[in-house]
Amino acid sequence: MENTSHRFERLPASADERDVEGRATREAVLSYWTDRFGVPRDVLAPYTFWEKGAGKIWIAASDVPDGLEVESLGMTFLRTRQEHWKPTTNAAQRFGRHATRNVIDLSPADARAFVAGEDREVEWDGDWGYLIAAHEIADGAADEAREDADRAGAESSARREPLGVGLYLHGELRSMIPKGRRREL
Amino acid sequence: MDALERYEPIVDDYAAFREACERPLPSVVRANGIKADPDRAAAALEDEGVTVTRRAWNPSILEVDTDKPGNTWPYFHGWIHGQEEVSAIPARVLDPEPGDAVWDACAAPGSKTTQLADLLDDAGLLMANDDNLGRLSALRSNAERLGATCVAVTNEDARRFTADGFGIDAFDAVLADVPCTCEGTIRKNADALDTVGREASLNIAALQTDILRRAIRLTREGGTVVYSTCTFAPEENEGVIDRVLDDEPVALVDFDVDLAHSPGLTAWNGETYDGSLTRAKRFYPHQNDTGGFFCAKLEVGA
Repeated sequence: MENTSHRFERLPASADERDVEGRATREAVLSYWTDRFGVPRDVLAPYTFWEKGAGKIWIAASDVPDGLEVESLGMTFLRTRQEHWKPTTNAAQRFGRHATRNVIDLSPADARAFVAGEDREVEWDGDWGYLIAAHEIADGAADEAREDADRAGAESSARREPLGVGLYLHGELRSMIPKGRRREL
Repeated sequence: MDALERYEPIVDDYAAFREACERPLPSVVRANGIKADPDRAAAALEDEGVTVTRRAWNPSILEVDTDKPGNTWPYFHGWIHGQEEVSAIPARVLDPEPGDAVWDACAAPGSKTTQLADLLDDAGLLMANDDNLGRLSALRSNAERLGATCVAVTNEDARRFTADGFGIDAFDAVLADVPCTCEGTIRKNADALDTVGREASLNIAALQTDILRRAIRLTREGGTVVYSTCTFAPEENEGVIDRVLDDEPVALVDFDVDLAHSPGLTAWNGETYDGSLTRAKRFYPHQNDTGGFFCAKLEVGA
């Protein structure tokens, strides 16, 4: 079977159940967020995952029948069917608080440049590739997110808040904020 | 005769009403609990030099002393959404429970949809429909920025909408915030009164009635339908509800909103309406320094 771009098709639980070539599995999606960003599996476990549009993965709180032809279901979550998967800006904002690795903390000036869509030279001694960019803002980050960080022994802050996704290569952080979401702050 | 003059007999302190309609609206945002609690949103705005005034009736409503709340960090983070104060009434009146199946019949651009998602704790199924494809992109981008995952967006004529295929028999709660003549938006849209009047209201009332009937028929017995408009015209408010009370299994129920208001009308322009319409609420601009609004709560199967 091929991917049909106009319907929401449920991700198979695992590779054994896959009948659409190249489709990401639910297992692989959960593992990606855990392996890459340290997001605990129980954060994403309550959700359902769907593909509509080649490689475009959607996350939904609702469990609905397979194959719905609706305009949207939940939110766009992850870009797959490419060598390096890429979370969406909105997924990084919504679930990135639970991330405990590959989060790059930006200074106020770098954060402003990032949300304006600018690429910046930033110091980072971790992995290259897609990172969750964060900055500090008024405190009050949810306790649950900080508990995840504590459990992982990671740096946590009640003021840290994810901005979106950046691509880190050769000493430069490229902003992946889509045009419609950019702001001059 | 100007378009608002015909309301002189029904509006208390008509002079104050007219005077309020001339003034611009305060700038108001709703804090989005899916991504941040209102205290954190307010603190972050204050850090940017924005003065925030909380509203007692709804702690998520923040008055802000900036015309451009969209150019703030809390907006970028999806913690706030520009939403007129009275527009935040109907979702609170519908008050869905997490896990409910909810239909927002005329959802774009999504202020009330995302508020419903917040009240659902983003858990359940919220079908957000609009027949205007152009406005759906705003609905979708607002829902995503505010982090709502319980929303499914459809592009159907609400009068023919069906829940078939979504794995539910009927909705627990439906918001029918119907298209209207929008007289109550005069404080933000200077041309809002250009094409209004009794004729325009009677024309659109047929559509409103059909949408309300559909909302009632898709709601389970014991479920709730909230009907709302942003117009003063009784033809589009009490007149529509009076018609469906006659032949649909539905009754008006009381509700509380801690804002000044007037009861729904039982007589207008020589017609009389069902006595229970006093349970509906009219919100006039001079009562709370807001836009104009009408809201009614109906229980299905009663």
